[in-house]
Amino acid sequence: MNFITHLGRYSLMLKGMIAKPENAKVYWKEFMQQCNDIGIGSIGIVSIVSIFMGAVSAVQTAYQLTSPLIPKSTIAQIVRDTVILEFSPTLVCIVLAGVVGSKIASELGNMRVSEQIDALEIMGINTKTYLVMPKIGAALIMIPWLVIISMVLGILGGRLAGNASGILSNDTFDRGLMENFTTFNVWFALIKAYTFAFIISSIPAYYGYHVTGGALEIGRSSTKAVVVSCIMILLSDYALAAILL
Amino acid sequence: MIEFKNLKKSFGEKVVLDGVSHTMESGKTNLIIGTSGSGKTVLQKCLVGLFEPDEGEIIYDGKSFTDMTQEERTILRREIGMLFQGSALFDSMTVEENIKFPLNMFTKDTGSQKRKRINEVLDRVNLKDANKKFPSEISGGMKKRVGIARAIVLNPKYLFCDEPNSGLDPVTSMVIDKLIKDLTIEYNITTIINTHDMNSVMEIGDNILYMVQGKKEWTGNSKDIIFSDNKQLNEFIFASQFLQDAKNMRMMEAKGEVPEEVK
Ligand SMILES: Nc1ncnc2c1ncn2[C@@H]1O[C@H](COP(=O)(O)OP(=O)(O)O)[C@@H](O)[C@H]1O
Ligand SMILES: [Mg+2]
Repeated sequence: MNFITHLGRYSLMLKGMIAKPENAKVYWKEFMQQCNDIGIGSIGIVSIVSIFMGAVSAVQTAYQLTSPLIPKSTIAQIVRDTVILEFSPTLVCIVLAGVVGSKIASELGNMRVSEQIDALEIMGINTKTYLVMPKIGAALIMIPWLVIISMVLGILGGRLAGNASGILSNDTFDRGLMENFTTFNVWFALIKAYTFAFIISSIPAYYGYHVTGGALEIGRSSTKAVVVSCIMILLSDYALAAILL
Repeated sequence: MIEFKNLKKSFGEKVVLDGVSHTMESGKTNLIIGTSGSGKTVLQKCLVGLFEPDEGEIIYDGKSFTDMTQEERTILRREIGMLFQGSALFDSMTVEENIKFPLNMFTKDTGSQKRKRINEVLDRVNLKDANKKFPSEISGGMKKRVGIARAIVLNPKYLFCDEPNSGLDPVTSMVIDKLIKDLTIEYNITTIINTHDMNSVMEIGDNILYMVQGKKEWTGNSKDIIFSDNKQLNEFIFASQFLQDAKNMRMMEAKGEVPEEVK
């Protein structure tokens, strides 16, 4: 199938998703379940990735800044800005594309292959609305929070590593953090987070929902979902930077 | 009552339904029989709209299903119960939650009303002590019964069952057949059952459609089938030894030749 067909079916899925829930309570329960799966379920990996990301960027920045003319507190600034601008939104979302994306794709793929989606259809339930909308909604709510948590932990990781390896003291780091801070960077990061959250949830949902065949195809489509999501994240990362910066 | 006329369905080059027409009657157990691969599942899925037929018309109680919009179909489907060949239970939910799901979605029943209804249907399908188990923890036969319980929990007007007793032991199989038959009469349901189980054919075959390679080969009921002289049908039913005996017996009965000791 070519790109245009995929794009067409993807838009049809998104369009078909917008409908009035048959029963608000059941949908709410499903939404909360997804928030739990997507948000709480990924806090562990996001924390680990963020702390190390911040730590490594502190150490490597110090390694590159050899000039005695540049004050040590600049290291904190650079760590802060790279974490907020790029590492937390983009890198974390790429990790989440693997964690959350493959989960969404394989969950829906399994439901498709074992006819659970057909069973829902036969009950008179709009499956695009019931299965896809809560996932995208939960991703849009939870992923920006994960990105914010990641920013905090990333900077904390840089501070810890800077101190532990004797590059700069905690006081110098804290002073650097306050210098030349632009709040726009945080907004920019959040715009990226929302965009990526939509990519991470809707593309895997598309691949999972449209699986045909058996167990083998579920695996194949979830791999494809992750790959396509990552590429789309990188493309839109570039596009947003070009437009907004 | 569900009528369908000249249904055709192909997958690529492969013709699966080749112009089938028939009427499924309400208050009766309508059977679709045939060897595996003859198109029974595809026919059922066309009737409920999971597959779109290439040609032909489907009519539910005088209303054309073929002409309905997606929204109209969704509403009609709330009156349809369906048991899938592989049961299709929601595997993230327990047995009880599976059956509760349609109640939660479409009724305003209170918690205790729902619990009462769940126990009622679980009782009818003869399933006990499995309420809290997940589908992965129960046997295939139990899954079928949960699937039936879920299909009937909202008292459907139309009931579709794809091989309800494949993989069941003979005793449970008979229980399930009797259950489906009783429900059909009690609530005047239009029931459509795919099967190749000859016991079911003899027990509950009110209106049988025998299909060969996507075509209607024979129709009749469980009495007619005994005396049918359709060669393909005879080969199909004589694959079952039980039926051969039954047929011989009825032939003899008809001619008044039943031996004294059997009577
Ligand atoms: N989704 C599908 N795509 C392609 N071929 C299919 C599909 N579903 C069924 N078929 C083909 O249709 C034929 C009839 O299948 P089916 O209706 O499942 O038979 P059965 O009578 O055993 O239920 C089979 O040859 C099968 O390969
Ligand atoms: Mg079948």
